Amino acid sequence: MIGTGAVVAQTAPTLEPLNAATGIFGYIWLLIALPLAGAIILLTTGRLLQRWGHLLAVALVSAAAILGIAMLIEMMGRAAEDRAFEQTLFTWVFAGQFNVDAAFQLDQLSMVFVLLITIVGSIIHIYSIGYMAHDPDRRRFFGFLNLFIAAMLLLVLADNYLLLYVGWEGVGLASYLLIGFWQYKSSAAAAAKKAFVINRVGDVGLSLAIMLMFVTFGSVTFDTVFANAGEASDSTLTWIGLLLLLAAAGKSAQFPLQAWLLDAMEGPTPVSALIHAATMVTAGVYLIVRSNAIYDRTVFAATAVVVIGVITMIIGAVIGSAKDDIKKALAGSTMSQIGYMVLAAGLGPVGYVFAIFHLLTHGVFKANLFLSAGSVMHGMNNGVNMRRFGALRAAMVVTFAAFTAGYLAIMGIPPFSGFYSKDKIIHAAFEQNNIVGIAAVLAAGITGFYMTRIMVMTFLGKARWEDDAHPHESPPVMTIPLIILGIGSAFLGMALVYWGDIESWLAPVTGIEDRPLAIATWLLELITLGVVLMGVAAAVWVYRHNVPIEPPQKVSALTVAARQNLYDDATNDLVAVRPTWYTARFLVWFDNRAVDGFVNGSAAAIGGLSGRLRRLQTGFTRTYALVMVVGVVVVLATLALVMLP
Amino acid sequence: MNPENYIILSGLLFTIGALGVLIRRNAIVVFMSVELMLNAANLAFVSFARINGDLDGQVVAFFVMIVAAAEVVVGLAIIVTIFRTRRSASIDEPNLLKY
Repeated sequence: MIGTGAVVAQTAPTLEPLNAATGIFGYIWLLIALPLAGAIILLTTGRLLQRWGHLLAVALVSAAAILGIAMLIEMMGRAAEDRAFEQTLFTWVFAGQFNVDAAFQLDQLSMVFVLLITIVGSIIHIYSIGYMAHDPDRRRFFGFLNLFIAAMLLLVLADNYLLLYVGWEGVGLASYLLIGFWQYKSSAAAAAKKAFVINRVGDVGLSLAIMLMFVTFGSVTFDTVFANAGEASDSTLTWIGLLLLLAAAGKSAQFPLQAWLLDAMEGPTPVSALIHAATMVTAGVYLIVRSNAIYDRTVFAATAVVVIGVITMIIGAVIGSAKDDIKKALAGSTMSQIGYMVLAAGLGPVGYVFAIFHLLTHGVFKANLFLSAGSVMHGMNNGVNMRRFGALRAAMVVTFAAFTAGYLAIMGIPPFSGFYSKDKIIHAAFEQNNIVGIAAVLAAGITGFYMTRIMVMTFLGKARWEDDAHPHESPPVMTIPLIILGIGSAFLGMALVYWGDIESWLAPVTGIEDRPLAIATWLLELITLGVVLMGVAAAVWVYRHNVPIEPPQKVSALTVAARQNLYDDATNDLVAVRPTWYTARFLVWFDNRAVDGFVNGSAAAIGGLSGRLRRLQTGFTRTYALVMVVGVVVVLATLALVMLP
Repeated sequence: MNPENYIILSGLLFTIGALGVLIRRNAIVVFMSVELMLNAANLAFVSFARINGDLDGQVVAFFVMIVAAAEVVVGLAIIVTIFRTRRSASIDEPNLLKY
């Protein structure tokens, strides 16, 4: 937490004992088991399910979604302190003092994640039926999608860090498999490997944090760790906080581990929407918010979270402003928006709720934007270059309408959903620190720029289509999910504020705090809106003429840098790849010269010596006889010398 | 007669036998030299039995004779076989078993 301010209202997170899972909550395990069963069936039965396997996958995820909704209704009927449940399946690890149960925890925070994952997941599953209709490997695709849903649910339902880690690795695996789904494209295979390797860096942070927790607290369950967090030393908590931040940075594509997300767009578009926009990349935000008991007690780590969030928020927006690939532009936007969430999560109790709130609205409107982009690609021969789009609003009316809803939502135009969540984050940022607040407003302005740029280049202006492009609207199986998500983009924010009361819903888990600002809230919202509209106006001004098909070369240094992703690949190359490469080269040289030299040299010496020694074996019987006689004489002479006094 | 003279004779016979083994090339002669060494040893055993006044040496001498008889059987068979294949009884010539 940075700075201070007069605290008006503050609620600390309540560490209520968890209720035993009864009634419908006895089926928490089923939430994970359903999609997992789908993954196992689809991936092991081979061609048997080729024709209807995708329907099975959709049915299982939808069943999990319905179960989740039923649990939500049941949970809402209970008192606020009575909404957290715990279900222990079995003792998973039993080794001396290290005991871990396979146990689930369903509380208000997990609940909203379960709903986001299963509902958005179901919608994207349905969309994929149409999007992947012509892919011969559609069954495998749905198997991987189900695997992802199961792993992600495990991640958010685990009641200890070790089980969370299993889900964490599971989503990483699913992400790898799905980025590289078209592995015959070398770019996709390379992107998958890149995502996997960079994620490993973050995973090391998580595993070290878990080890440190076990050493410090003797347990890795959320309950024990959070209840005893106050007794640990400051430096220990700071280290745990920083290691968890490293993990979050890897999974959520935050600076300095952000390089993989743009390449991850090599995967099919539903994957980009589900994993690399709506759910998996927000796992880092979940991790930080879930560990709020740790971050509340370590100012240094919390400040580091804010700094990382601010940096990523800005660089993501800048990169998104320069990309001609529609998916990469949206990926830059995702980085930027997750930067907002991480920033909010680092602010402490003033921000946790809004980090999750923005995560939910972002999950819906970004999925909407990505699926709209996928629908555009579907109609444009899988082209992604926005310089060859333009004037698609007439050809794809539904897609255009859905994209517009997402467009207004991400910019935070009231009353679309982004307005409620993003302005809350900006408000919270100003409560803590003016510089952070100004950065958040600035990023909102850049958001207006890059989103308008995508809008203008794709749907407005004149057609710059390739000769063989015949844009057409997608089939209903794709447009109906778009309509649902478009409605969600428009109204989810309002619904969560006025009907769902997200702040008091999450407060028992995350705590909440409200501080007065020097300026009125409505004035801050007006200023933010003004900055966003300036961004919009700037994009309209820049793209007022027809967009050139070839990207202009005479551009500012910032644009050049942004086209190169702000040189993150070059930096990684310089910092990590080349030193590793040179170390490997040196070790190979050392192995060839020094180690092999010693081994081969001694072998040659022995070999040469034995080559000389074997000359003693002459084959002449009389030589041997002479040696024998001499030997006997020597032995006898020695005996005589020794035995006779 | 002084038994020690037999010991000296035994030493002389053994030395002659050993030299015969080392110097002569004809396998038959080498073989005979080996027999000479065995009999020199027998003579020493018997002389020692006489000097010590017990029968141990004489018993061992019998064993040596039996071993020598067996050795003659095997050795002559080898020599005859080598002679048949190589048309020579020189022991320098079969030197294939070497480096």
